[in-house]
Amino acid sequence: MGQYEAVIGLEVHVELKTKSKIFCGCPTEFGGEPNTHVCPICLGLPGVLPVLNKKVLEYAIKAGLAINCSIAEFSKFDRKNYFYPDLTKAFQTSQFDLPIAEHGHLDINVNGEIRRIGITRLHMEEDAGKLTHQGETISSSLSSLADYNRAGVPLVEIVSEPDLRSAEEAKAYLEMLKAIIEYIDVSDVKMEQGSLRCDANISIRPVGSKELGTRTEVKNLNSFRSVQRAIEYEIQRQIDQVEEGERIIQETRTWDENKGVTLSLRSKEEAHDYRYFPEPDLTPLVISRDWVEELKNGLPELPEAKKLRLIADHGLPEYDAGVITSSRTLADFYDKTVSLHADYKGISNWIMVELLKLLNAENMEISESKISPEGLAKMLKMIENNTISGKIAKQVFEEMFNTGKDPEAIVKEKGLVQISDEGQINAIVEQVIANNPKSVEDFKAGKEKSIGFLVGQIMKETKGQANPGVVNKLLKDKLNEL
Amino acid sequence: MELSTIHGLRDLLANREISAEELTNQALEKIEKIDDKIKAFVTVTKDEAIQVAREIDQKRRKGESLGPLSGIPMALKDNMCTEGIKTTCSSKILYNFIPPYSAKVYEKLLGAGSILLGKTNMDEFAMGSSTENSGFFPTRNPWDLNCVPGGSSGGSAAAVASGEAVFALGSDTGGSIRQPASFCGVVGLKPTYGAVSRYGLIAYASSLDQIGPFTRDVTDCALVMNAIAGHDSFDSTSAAVDYPDYTSFLSNDIKGMRIGIPQEYFGEGIEPEVEAKIREAINKLEELGAVVEECSLPHTQYALPAYYIIAPAECSSNLARYDGVRYGLRAEDADDIISMFSRTRNQGFGIEVKRRIMLGTYALSSGYYDAYYLKALKVRNLVKQDFDLAFEKFDCLLTPTAPSVAFEFGSKADTLAMYKQDVCTIPINLAGIPALSLPYGLVNNKPVGLQLVGKAFGEGTLLRVAYTLEQNSEQTRLEPSLEGVK
Ligand SMILES: [Zn+2]
Repeated sequence: MGQYEAVIGLEVHVELKTKSKIFCGCPTEFGGEPNTHVCPICLGLPGVLPVLNKKVLEYAIKAGLAINCSIAEFSKFDRKNYFYPDLTKAFQTSQFDLPIAEHGHLDINVNGEIRRIGITRLHMEEDAGKLTHQGETISSSLSSLADYNRAGVPLVEIVSEPDLRSAEEAKAYLEMLKAIIEYIDVSDVKMEQGSLRCDANISIRPVGSKELGTRTEVKNLNSFRSVQRAIEYEIQRQIDQVEEGERIIQETRTWDENKGVTLSLRSKEEAHDYRYFPEPDLTPLVISRDWVEELKNGLPELPEAKKLRLIADHGLPEYDAGVITSSRTLADFYDKTVSLHADYKGISNWIMVELLKLLNAENMEISESKISPEGLAKMLKMIENNTISGKIAKQVFEEMFNTGKDPEAIVKEKGLVQISDEGQINAIVEQVIANNPKSVEDFKAGKEKSIGFLVGQIMKETKGQANPGVVNKLLKDKLNEL
Repeated sequence: MELSTIHGLRDLLANREISAEELTNQALEKIEKIDDKIKAFVTVTKDEAIQVAREIDQKRRKGESLGPLSGIPMALKDNMCTEGIKTTCSSKILYNFIPPYSAKVYEKLLGAGSILLGKTNMDEFAMGSSTENSGFFPTRNPWDLNCVPGGSSGGSAAAVASGEAVFALGSDTGGSIRQPASFCGVVGLKPTYGAVSRYGLIAYASSLDQIGPFTRDVTDCALVMNAIAGHDSFDSTSAAVDYPDYTSFLSNDIKGMRIGIPQEYFGEGIEPEVEAKIREAINKLEELGAVVEECSLPHTQYALPAYYIIAPAECSSNLARYDGVRYGLRAEDADDIISMFSRTRNQGFGIEVKRRIMLGTYALSSGYYDAYYLKALKVRNLVKQDFDLAFEKFDCLLTPTAPSVAFEFGSKADTLAMYKQDVCTIPINLAGIPALSLPYGLVNNKPVGLQLVGKAFGEGTLLRVAYTLEQNSEQTRLEPSLEGVK
């Protein structure tokens, strides 16, 4: 990029996984026939009133604490007014000037450098309904269908400071944020299902400048990949624009995933005046310090702390610890396995190599695979007591991953038990020596390497089930006898 | 049929001298006979009413336990949702709206055994002081058919004054119960904000709206309050306090009670004959042993302008949902979503509603918020402080309810003149405190109302003062001749 520096801030919406909606008792459950998870309140019928779901407040405070925010003692809801058919009241109940949490930060690690990214605020709000247009857009369609099952599902919006400097940093921030929210278990944080959504505010300026350039807001970022691609594209677009002597226009742009470009959606002049004012139907929130303290004490160990602990106490390499702690399910899997079999390095290796390989190949989450910590722990014990070889274990692991079967059962079923019986191995050693006189001669002539070939032949004869230690010992003994 | 009260009819019903069905039929016949002149009702729920009355009679015959208002026919202002029964706010935009749920007050009244006769006319979305702003037709004052009944709850006030209903509920945002009560010669109470659930009351200005009763006397007012007041978990602004038995305050004794007379509510703008009547009432109270003293509420003059920022601001947001998408009117001739919104709203709303939506939208707009809305909130606090200070010294305050008696149709065509109708009642809504309008004599054969203002949750004091005055002065019991409708 050279003479330009990007300035990026992210606005992230996280759907909270409370059982009921933010202001009524309807279920938040995903799916369902259109307009079946609705009631007069979330439909905004004339005369209804909202009552705040206390779980939403609790989850929002937890999330605020987990991203190092201070929690407001006094907070309130406001109305964000605009007309759109997915809003049942023609306003969104949100928070304006007194959000529940402010002044937080996250530390991210990019290329070995730790960067602290400021978090401006976290506030609570409600989701809108879903429109399905019969044509391309609402204005070009003869009709649109409205489903209000999502209307009133609780969200928190987390706004970062414009502290991010590259698409890579933005992605790292988003990954860290996702991991933290997942750890505290207040959301599913799945971008594909919309429980994690991200908009990016992007501007550029000459390196060294302290002033902020004119920013654009990029929407419709539906995956981590699109976040990174869209930001990269938008930075370059702005640089090209400036290089050509054009001005950047303050506007909202949308990311077109197929074309790989951002497109203008509306300019600042067309932007809404939301006419925020305090929601008169909800009383202001006075948050007790004792409650905040209680929630703080109840938070689980967060990814960064856990990573440091795995490095210091379990002796894991920083990279491995980072990967394992990047997702709560992976970290939980590690923890559980370790609690059953305290081979930190071994477990970490199996996760880092075999498990992630299989997950990536299948494009799966660990929760979707059939492998269990109990199974892995048992398998590792079987390696330790020489029931199976490490090589065979890979086969067993894959079978556990696909079927969830017990490793002992797999070994038994497939006859994979390691052969350690010296008599049985000796017979094969003698056979291999007899069949490979050239290699034996080479060995005698001082070519130590040829022993490898002979071991390979023995393993081949035993379908890899021979105990390698025993094979090596017996083979050397035999050769020396010759 | 002579005008009757809840407490009178309750005994007749209990002694089986009349059945709920007979009583309901009498009321329905009266509506049939006179309501084409009065026009108090938007919807009459004849079949439902008779059905409920029969059920109550059956229960009584079986000796089952009955609610305190069992068999008493009543009416609801048409901004309270009634499941399965059209609820229009007297607006074209909700001309066909049948709510799938009921307002909490309606549920409570049904639980208490009272019988809904129908839904009463009002100024559209409760915006107005004469019921002339109804999207359907104006209601007439039973005392003089050439005059307005007041508003916005004009239909409820007229229904009770004319004897169509034994009692009715209205809503009061800036005087919409008290001023029509005053014009129609009945008792009207605006309870403390938060004392009666707003769940199911179609909002005009959420921070000011409050439901309350119209009754023929003070005892009935207490009886209805017993049925409708109380904490409701469906209304976040509902107060979780202990609610008293309101009839316990009905004692004929105000000796030593300190009553303040705020000077700002007298003089300029108040018709001298009205003021004279109020002064008569003050003398009477002194005679009865009250300690009466002049006082000052210095920020009174700013209440009206502050109200006309806050109420329209809230209304601009509350009424935004009427967009033709989900229910109510939808304009037929729209080309796209934007024109559907604007045509629906243009066709559905009347001029006063549009005026307030525009006022409120402007006041909340970026760049104007601080100068208007925020400043109005500050004024609201000052108005509230005035009352807080006054109540350190007084048990209640007394003022006229309205500056005049009922006026003729069309005589307040000037918008500001109409707004000034509520000059004595608006400050009370801003402060969130209770106030009761009690009839006190006639001027030009039209009722005058006096307003008693109390501290938050001090309804009991108001009932006691009103009851004492009622027991000791004929002027509080007024009955229209209904000459013009017979
Ligand atoms: Zn709902």
